[in-house]
Amino acid sequence: MKFIPNSNMKDVMLKEMGLTDIDELFSDIPKKIRIDQLKLSKGLSQQETEQKLRFIANKNKSYHDMPSFLGGGTKPHYIPSVVKSIISRSEFYTAYTPYQSEASQGFLQAMFEYQSMIAELTGMDIANCSLYDGVTAVGEAALMCTRINKKKTFIIPKNICQEKKSVLQNYTEGSEVKIKEISYDAKTGKIDINELKKQIDEDTAGVYMENPNFFGIFEDDIENIRKIVKDAGSLFVVGMDPLSLGIVKSPGEYEADIVLGEGRALGNPMDFGGSTLGIFACKKEFLRQLPGRIIGITKDAEGNRAFCMALQTREQHIRRGRATSNICTNEGLCALAATVYLSWLGNNGLGELSKINFEKGQQLADRITSIAGFEKMFTGSHFNEVVIKCSQDVNKINKKLLKKGVQSGLILDRWYPELKNCMLFGISEVHSDEDVEKLVSLLKEVSHV
Amino acid sequence: MYRSAVYDEPLLNELAGSKKEKTKPLDALPRSLQRKENVDIPNLDETQVVRHFHRLSQMNYGIDSGIYPLGSCTMKYNPKICEEIAQWDRFANVHPLQDESTIQGNLQIMFELERMLCEITGMDYFCLQPAAGAQGEFLGMLLTRAYHEFNNDGQRTEVILPDTSHGTNPASVTTAGYNLIEIPSTKDGTVDLDMLEKALSEKTACFMLTNPNTLGIFESEILEISKLVHKAGALLYYDGANINAIMGKTRPGDMGFDIVHLNLHKTFATPHGGGGPGSGPVGVNIKLEKFLPTPRIGKKKDGSYILDYDAPKSIGKIKAYYGNFSVLLKAYIYILMMGKDGLKETSEIAVLNANYMKKKILDSGTYNMPYKELRKHEFVLSCEQLKQEKDIRAMDVAKRLLDHGLHPPTIYFPLIVKEALMIEPTESESKQDLDKYIDTLIKIANEKPEVVKNSPNNTPVKRIDEVGATKNPILTWNMI
Repeated sequence: MKFIPNSNMKDVMLKEMGLTDIDELFSDIPKKIRIDQLKLSKGLSQQETEQKLRFIANKNKSYHDMPSFLGGGTKPHYIPSVVKSIISRSEFYTAYTPYQSEASQGFLQAMFEYQSMIAELTGMDIANCSLYDGVTAVGEAALMCTRINKKKTFIIPKNICQEKKSVLQNYTEGSEVKIKEISYDAKTGKIDINELKKQIDEDTAGVYMENPNFFGIFEDDIENIRKIVKDAGSLFVVGMDPLSLGIVKSPGEYEADIVLGEGRALGNPMDFGGSTLGIFACKKEFLRQLPGRIIGITKDAEGNRAFCMALQTREQHIRRGRATSNICTNEGLCALAATVYLSWLGNNGLGELSKINFEKGQQLADRITSIAGFEKMFTGSHFNEVVIKCSQDVNKINKKLLKKGVQSGLILDRWYPELKNCMLFGISEVHSDEDVEKLVSLLKEVSHV
Repeated sequence: MYRSAVYDEPLLNELAGSKKEKTKPLDALPRSLQRKENVDIPNLDETQVVRHFHRLSQMNYGIDSGIYPLGSCTMKYNPKICEEIAQWDRFANVHPLQDESTIQGNLQIMFELERMLCEITGMDYFCLQPAAGAQGEFLGMLLTRAYHEFNNDGQRTEVILPDTSHGTNPASVTTAGYNLIEIPSTKDGTVDLDMLEKALSEKTACFMLTNPNTLGIFESEILEISKLVHKAGALLYYDGANINAIMGKTRPGDMGFDIVHLNLHKTFATPHGGGGPGSGPVGVNIKLEKFLPTPRIGKKKDGSYILDYDAPKSIGKIKAYYGNFSVLLKAYIYILMMGKDGLKETSEIAVLNANYMKKKILDSGTYNMPYKELRKHEFVLSCEQLKQEKDIRAMDVAKRLLDHGLHPPTIYFPLIVKEALMIEPTESESKQDLDKYIDTLIKIANEKPEVVKNSPNNTPVKRIDEVGATKNPILTWNMI
């Protein structure tokens, strides 16, 4: 049998153990609940498996089959071969969580470097070595805020991804935390600051803000927001897009307390939405309340620099029911990919990449709005995603484009009924000018029939 | 024998890179948001980056390096074909929100994987969304609450679990807002039915159990346990971390469990990735179906697949999109290759390997094993005798194993075994490798205590001061 070296040694081993039948090892399972056989197919050979999977894969369309302009966070990005090469080293990808640090120095050092670079990027003092994704990270942040200041409400903008709201609701359901929403300014697409002032009070544990927000728009009135949050004695939680931080001020520069976000774009493929990488960073003073694993530097018996998991007493395998989070398995390999990716880019490459994404975002908006009947929904300045309002039925437009081999923007009225016929378009460094022109000419074509 | 490479590899920021260029301000970007400071990430050449991480990889032990018998972690071989297929363009470069007509392959895989997991566990429905076992447990608790509230039974605030449970169990229980009741095990190392009966009440929402438990012992009274739990109106939860012991032999659904989570990165051979990504699908029986997260994967009459969001009683979402799809895909491939006979043999040999090791080690008289004799896929030795006689602790044995080129087992868990060595060889090891591990463990017990206590010496660093990392936390290169 495949992957079972002792398949042919069964009798030899049983004999050495003084047994005759392997079923003697299962004699403690009551007869009433035993089964003879699973109702599954017979196993396939590797060659058959590959053929079958090829057939199934061909029912999908990849970004290369069909350019996609979907916004909403996930976008295709270029992944350098270096990243794929390093994370394919099985010393890394077949390792477990580094409980035995002397045998895991390589992964531990890489995770220390990941934490260091995430701290640099976000302007925070410390970062953990990943949560599941940027969505659950918001849930963990809400719980962390109330652990820190014992307050009970957590404020979020209305315009965050709908999935985040649902996950946040589920993460806080077992706690006393209540979620409050603040609306966005219908003109700019930014947080409605008056609404924030109205909703915030002394029981507000934390305020969550995204920059750029779900509509792709920069919250540039951050001084004001920061002041309102701090004056209320609340914690300031910022969701960021790591690819914007080469050109955009780090949340640390505007005194965020906790910074989080989806890090998949750092060297990981879209993978149909998973694997993901939850980035989570904060100020040093909140270290003891941080969820998830964290790697530190220490010394070995001879005084040499060595790496190991630090502050494990926060974690479930030590503290059990009183841990800061139940997370154990995280997204280690995705964090490793991000580490290799960032070190390949360097400071200069990251600045350049941020700039390209920003400029492509402007170009995309300009080109689409050059078509009659398409205009920007909001006036706020945007990064690499933009909400476009169409004069016609976007469902019909999207279907027509799909037939022509282009995946158009994300239709928003499913989550935001007030944004009828609005689409969220996204672009990145992988979209060529030809891709954009194809989109524009098709939009023109189908909307003028 | 495995020998780690040893490098004094500098940190990335200690490598000499080229000059940082100042980011030129972009006129179109709001002034209040322009980044003024450079990001302190070095500018290295690709050759430097590759050597750096290549060297780090050579100071890291993986399952491809050799036996990795961490108890309850099921460190089995990760087939290469799964890795390769997961990187195919039409899997890796697919957007989660593409039109349904362009993701039929992925939906088929998820639909079929759900059915396969139902068959393996004896459950009615599966949800593939949880990113890891702990998130599966957390989802299980949310489903438990939704179920009781739906039945106007929301006063149930307690979750009971045995003292042998995995650390994530109590953490998931409290994260979900339930009160924790921990019951001690019997002298056999199994659930104490009297204690369970006493703990159960109209306040009990759920009883969480791993079967076989973390001692590797099958809970033979499971039907009685199920009866007691259900009589009290509570649900029975199955932590599937140890299901590598029983595939094709028995199923949690047949034992009476209402909710099950599996760890695809354990039993179904997807790699651990040094900590993740994992996947912790949750299966339920029919009475809990309507509460499962959205979207569900549906199949229409014409054979096409859909993402179905029409579930008014659903608890909503617990993770972005549909779960860690790349992990789901690898598990799907693994199950296809193994088939019904392969999965059964997997469990048989995993149990054979564990019991073989257990017998040979116990026969040597060097370690003892409290609790019941027959084990499933793992067993827990105690170094208490070594500690009394030679002052050698479980930690010392673990570190000395590293000197012999072998990865240690899980140590100091479960908590009810003193100086625990928790060994799970899995089906991936050959008899030759098992014998070597057995011989080495016995040899260590007979080595001079100072040699064992001063280990490891054949590793890139000597024994690490883990307490120091917590006392004086240095967590980024700026903190050095």
